[in-house]
Amino acid sequence: MAEEQNVVMERPEPHEIIAPGYTFSSITDQIASVVQTKRTPPFWFLGFGLGLALLGVFAISTTLLFILGPGIWGLRTPVMWGFAITNFVWWIGIGHAGTLISAILLLLNQKWRNSINRFAEAMTLFAVACAGMFPILHLGRPWLAFWLFPYPDTMGIEPNFRSPLVWDVFAVSTYATISAVFWFVGLIPDLATLRDRAGNKIARVIYGLLAMGWRGSAKHWSVYETASLLLAGLATPLVLSVHTVVSFDFTVAIVPGWHSTFFPPYFVAGAIYSGFAMVLVLAIPLRSVYGLEGLITDKHLDNCGKVMLATGLIVAYAYILEAFTGWYSGNIFEAAAIHHRMTGPYMSSYWSLVACNIIAPQLLWFKRIRNTPALLFLSSMVVLCGMWLERFVIIVSSLAQDFVTSSWGIFHATRWDWGVFLGTIGLFLTLFFLFIRGLPMISIFEVRTLLPHAKVDKEVAE
Amino acid sequence: MSQIFNRSSNALARISIFGVVFLIAFAGWAFDTLNRSGYMTRQGEVREQPVPFSHAHHVGALGIDCRYCHTTVETSGFANIPPIKTCMNCHSQIWKTSPTLEPVREAFRTGGTIRWTRVYDLPDFVYFNHSIHVNKGVGCETCHGRIDKMALTAQHPTLQMSWCLDCHRNPEKYVRPRESITTMGYEPAGNQGEIGTRLVAEYKIQDARTLTSCSTCHR
Repeated sequence: MAEEQNVVMERPEPHEIIAPGYTFSSITDQIASVVQTKRTPPFWFLGFGLGLALLGVFAISTTLLFILGPGIWGLRTPVMWGFAITNFVWWIGIGHAGTLISAILLLLNQKWRNSINRFAEAMTLFAVACAGMFPILHLGRPWLAFWLFPYPDTMGIEPNFRSPLVWDVFAVSTYATISAVFWFVGLIPDLATLRDRAGNKIARVIYGLLAMGWRGSAKHWSVYETASLLLAGLATPLVLSVHTVVSFDFTVAIVPGWHSTFFPPYFVAGAIYSGFAMVLVLAIPLRSVYGLEGLITDKHLDNCGKVMLATGLIVAYAYILEAFTGWYSGNIFEAAAIHHRMTGPYMSSYWSLVACNIIAPQLLWFKRIRNTPALLFLSSMVVLCGMWLERFVIIVSSLAQDFVTSSWGIFHATRWDWGVFLGTIGLFLTLFFLFIRGLPMISIFEVRTLLPHAKVDKEVAE
Repeated sequence: MSQIFNRSSNALARISIFGVVFLIAFAGWAFDTLNRSGYMTRQGEVREQPVPFSHAHHVGALGIDCRYCHTTVETSGFANIPPIKTCMNCHSQIWKTSPTLEPVREAFRTGGTIRWTRVYDLPDFVYFNHSIHVNKGVGCETCHGRIDKMALTAQHPTLQMSWCLDCHRNPEKYVRPRESITTMGYEPAGNQGEIGTRLVAEYKIQDARTLTSCSTCHR
């Protein structure tokens, strides 16, 4: 243990991940004051209001969906997987960046994660909540969604364990559970800080209940560190497994354009790609509105930009490989699927996604672009659009034109397709703005360990 | 600063952590028990009928064969409810002034019918055929219970899908010789496993895979 600590301390902490001049108390003050203030910035009301408005759209769209059924969407044979599954894959992919930041970067001892892991994990939770709803909304009878779980039912049957759709249920519910526990455990020391700083009694009791009696004793910290590492260990394989299982929904089917062995790594890379884009889309406005540039520095944005570039290149490789496989397989249906994508009714979506996901992100090679928050924000938005289009094209264009020409059919999205999709964006925004108003969006105690004084103390102790 | 919580909160916190586990387990158990109870399935529940017809009297005491009234049970998907004329075969001679039987006589006079209340009401998405079951050796008693002892007719099984599948997965546990189809209180003449297996082969009852395929019952 002592040896490990030596290794950590020998590596000097780069200054760029926290601005100079911070002290323990100024960090706590700055982060806690976002929550514990009487003055809420107009930006918050704007964002929360937008979220609530879109949440209203969600309520209307889903109410109508429950009354009338999925026929209000553009789903017609042969395209029975439209926006719902596209949105599911898109949202769950976005969640992956949060887990990667909080778990994998923790195990890899990447200190810069300390400043962004809290809100990235919250993003994961809310994205999974949005994602998890789509397969259920997509059911003809969503009130029977519990049939997806193997429970001792009165029908005497079990879910079909050979179906990847059932694997999905387990992958996503495991992911949601671990993410929620990991996030909450990480919050406990900060909840105690808020409890101790809270002015009024109600806030003290609420934060006190959530802090579960945290006193910050040495024993507490030791147990906390162990729990945190164990949870990181549990969460790490999920970064790879969840989207792998999601990709099985497609690869296990024999539809041309889906039935492919490279989907798992391709999907995981795409998930992290879009996830980091979402992290940047959230971080850039937040840090400028709340004046957190000293904690979420240009270095963080730069690192996220680099991760996006790397995963974007993997995704680009996958697109090229997809086209190559279509040609090299010698299978006319595979070749036709690629041909239809590039020249068929969905060619505008296909070429837009190529532009968004492959061409535009090449700008991230330039340091000047990675260091200009506005441009980085813009390219992240482009990537988010591109990744949504990618899922749409994979799902819909493959189904629209498969083996038999006579059964071809084009998908036309209705306003309710859009209503539910925009509605989940509303849900995400609502939850996220509630989170930044009620909980510290940056991990106070973890950022404090980035200070040079934190190290000096350790050395002295040794 | 004063303490927010009393010392007893520690105990409460611990109890609540373990308590939640038991609470969820209890809720699951309670839901499942309710779901399988007669309250939900209407198992054992007597339905009120326009005339309190007693199978115990007609079958048990008088020994009338099931097929005297339910004539189509071997040839049709639906085991018919007898026409009024069947009742009047006897009741024009006996109990002909009984006030209980007035609805029967009235229906006979006016050419009307008696609207019996269905006891075994399967969901509309289930296809059920009496004749195939009777011809493949499923006795009346297997599904309808000791009808010869029911003064008023009640639903014998749960009619839940798992009950159907019990037999569709292992028909050899339940089938009997065709001669004993209407026998009440049937006892196999020997080992049911052996007899059942022999009958399954003899009556060419299909394998469990076919019997449990979705479209066998949900057409």
